[in-house]
Amino acid sequence: MTASYSSPSRPPFALLRASALLGLLLLGACGGESATQTPQQSQVPQGAAPQDSAAPAPPTVTGPVVVYSSRQEYLIKPLFDRFTQETGIEVQTQTGEEGPLIARIQAEGEGTFADVFYTVDVGNLWIAADKGLLRPTQSDLLERDIPEHLRDPQGRWFGLSVRARTIAYSTERVQPEELSTYEALADPQWKGRLCLRTSRKVYNMSLVATMIDRIGEAEAERVVRGWVDNLATRVFSSDNLLVQAIAAGQCDVGIVNSYYLGQEQQRDPNIPVALFWANQDSSGVHVNISGAGITTQAKNPEGAKRLIEWLSTEEPQRMFSELNLEFPANPAIESVPLVQSWGDFKPDLINVEVAGRLQADAVRLMDRADYR
Amino acid sequence: MPARPAPVGSGALQLPGGWRVLGIAAALLVALPILMLLSQWATLGNGEQAIWQHLYDTKLDRLAGNTVVLLLGVGVMVTVLGTSLAWLVSVCDFPGRRIFDWALMLPLAIPGYVMAFVFLGLISYSGPLQTWGRNTFGMDFWFPDLQGALGVILVMGLVLYPYVYMLARSAFNAQGRNLLDAARMLGLSPFGAFWQVALPVARPALIGGGALALMETLADFGAVAVFNYDTFTTAIYSAWYGLFNLAVAAQLSTLLLGFVGLTLALEHYSRKHARFTLDERSRESQRFRLRGARAWGATGYCLLVILFGFGIPTVQLVLWTAQTWRGEMDSRYPEFLLHTVELAAIAALAAVAIALLLALIRRMPPGRWRWLEQLSVRLATLGYALPGSVLAVGIILAFTTLDQGLHGIIGQRQVLVGSVFALILAYLTRFMAVAFAPLDAAFERIKPSLCDAARSLGASPGRVLRRLYLPLLRPGFLTALIIVFVDVMKEMPATLIMRPFGWDTLAVRIYQMTSEGQWERAALPALTLILVGLIPVLLLVRQSARRQGQTAD
Repeated sequence: MTASYSSPSRPPFALLRASALLGLLLLGACGGESATQTPQQSQVPQGAAPQDSAAPAPPTVTGPVVVYSSRQEYLIKPLFDRFTQETGIEVQTQTGEEGPLIARIQAEGEGTFADVFYTVDVGNLWIAADKGLLRPTQSDLLERDIPEHLRDPQGRWFGLSVRARTIAYSTERVQPEELSTYEALADPQWKGRLCLRTSRKVYNMSLVATMIDRIGEAEAERVVRGWVDNLATRVFSSDNLLVQAIAAGQCDVGIVNSYYLGQEQQRDPNIPVALFWANQDSSGVHVNISGAGITTQAKNPEGAKRLIEWLSTEEPQRMFSELNLEFPANPAIESVPLVQSWGDFKPDLINVEVAGRLQADAVRLMDRADYR
Repeated sequence: MPARPAPVGSGALQLPGGWRVLGIAAALLVALPILMLLSQWATLGNGEQAIWQHLYDTKLDRLAGNTVVLLLGVGVMVTVLGTSLAWLVSVCDFPGRRIFDWALMLPLAIPGYVMAFVFLGLISYSGPLQTWGRNTFGMDFWFPDLQGALGVILVMGLVLYPYVYMLARSAFNAQGRNLLDAARMLGLSPFGAFWQVALPVARPALIGGGALALMETLADFGAVAVFNYDTFTTAIYSAWYGLFNLAVAAQLSTLLLGFVGLTLALEHYSRKHARFTLDERSRESQRFRLRGARAWGATGYCLLVILFGFGIPTVQLVLWTAQTWRGEMDSRYPEFLLHTVELAAIAALAAVAIALLLALIRRMPPGRWRWLEQLSVRLATLGYALPGSVLAVGIILAFTTLDQGLHGIIGQRQVLVGSVFALILAYLTRFMAVAFAPLDAAFERIKPSLCDAARSLGASPGRVLRRLYLPLLRPGFLTALIIVFVDVMKEMPATLIMRPFGWDTLAVRIYQMTSEGQWERAALPALTLILVGLIPVLLLVRQSARRQGQTAD
């Protein structure tokens, strides 16, 4: 059919009639659903993914591991390629938004292709576990490599990299001494000087969820209302834009994930924005994870476990730091120099699981406070 | 020949009953995901009610208000831009008209989410325009607030006006000048002739194009998310991603559909079977020649629209691509391109074939199953107002049920979910309205008397269809094929969730970059998508030029 677009010499109507006929044929096939299936699916093995999607992997370690991931391909593919090189186990990925991916695993039920669900933010992992989509896994290696507060108490998911959501400030207009905690950004001192990203981003949901756990719902709501009162401009749709806005002078402080500042620093090493580690005298910086779990209906749980275990070891942990400027979840591994340049900090050691449990409460709270 | 209302029912198509069954079956297949979403109303427990209550208490009114503002703004903008531009290029003559005639369709190739991030990158506080302004005029430099409703309306209006433009243009071209001359002879001013004669006759086309643009606006989550402008779709995502309740998300999205269905039905009713049929005729020599300031005004206006709708975003993407292409270009690029084109081509052909069936059964003599035909056609063309990811969930729900049945029969799991077929069905449901509108409009323009005449001369129904309808429908066919093709290429959310393993497309690639805020890195796939999208748009242009050439001799 594509040929009809590139052969101008033939009269278009003949082509049209042909394509209409073809269309009718396709349509005719629609009645017997599987008929249209086979020819298209048979193309799949010739493509990049060698495995026919209609035939799930046999439950052996040698079969491929299928990963449903909301992490972007350019961040994870280098890792998986390395894994395949080392172990000979192939990895297939299906990337997408986390909500639809969870819905898909759930709808697919016992027939799902997914062996591993890999996503960012504990809120997403928590909901997948809560819906019974992830199975408990016992692994001495993971329990040794991944600190306790970065994994599910029941072993359904494991943090693999860590990001800190903290305060970014203008080095031109703010002295670090003026800063202390997330809560203090609600003080009138910051009126018209604060930038925030949209409350719809799960990172902010998790931040507020841990705050609810820490200081209670009423106090958390007071803080969020204070933030909203202090906003210099509309909330942003991305952390990158927010950092750029601080640099350009639209606002003086904001709350961002550490690696976004890193991205902007890579682009412009002299960008007049720095990170301040929040809540160092109290709870510690809010940290979140990217993490993975093995699906309840995994066809290749052995391969899945090997993949997750491998991801907690030295080389991939270092790669996390290089690829996305995150902190390794394994405390034995050092970050890249740029990440180290931000200095050491005290993280909030509360189990990140709370962010998932209280996420819906956080969303409702932010809605009430008119944080958009 | 001037406009002439014709009684409905005359010229009804006499086709074998099998067509009717086939048509209804196809319509129901396309409507299947919508029916699955409707079934979610069965889940209305305490949890769902609490979420409804919460949404109602906190933001539903604001979101509905925002949505209305957006719809009004985009509606006015696409109608004014589309109609005025179409009028200028089809009725007047001025410098550059021949180029503008096709160039004004170019923004169709630009996905709304791409336009949004390019636009926002340019106008944000830290963007080049405002930075330049502050450096030149100092910190107090005033810049209009384009990051709220106004900005979103501008962005969506610019990418969506071609829908109105294309349909209005062919309507005005079809009217020719005879109609206007008659109006002028009866004493109307040029503007009066436009307002009182040309516009009402073109109304079905204008409404059709406007409805497409507004349904796309309702379904959009990409552009509004870039601007962080909360609309009704925000509530859908908030219920789903934030509060983890898919049932409420599905219920909210069916409300969108109800709203659209109601509006379309009202419009249909207000037209009250009025029907205009015209001779397809257009004469290059008969255009009003604009002179002096008016001519340059027309040229400047067209130029401005193309500049903002196509020139500036493309240049920005080229600049970004120049910075990033080395890192971005990899061996899989041809594959992304191939998948994009393959999916778009299959979906376009299937959509047009089914749209033809739907248009046919609508025109068959009324029978016992009339209501079912009407209802299924209605349902099948509602999907355009459905956010892609919600629609995808409808399909996944439907197909997992079917898959479980199939598992018992053929012993294979997950045959349908994750197949190309499922993805194509998603496209069909999403874009059936786009295929149906131009085809249906083409049918409308065929004089019923022609069909009656052919029948009275002894032609069989099949022969009438082959020899009379298909040739007359040709332009509508091509328009439908090409718009669906371009729309499928640009489609992101449903592709993202439903694509089979390894079927990454250009739109998927764009998503992967933009979701991490890496707009510059999204420039290469975006630019590729636009360039590939241009090919069918230019084909459309060529075909309409050929048509004019044919009728002019």
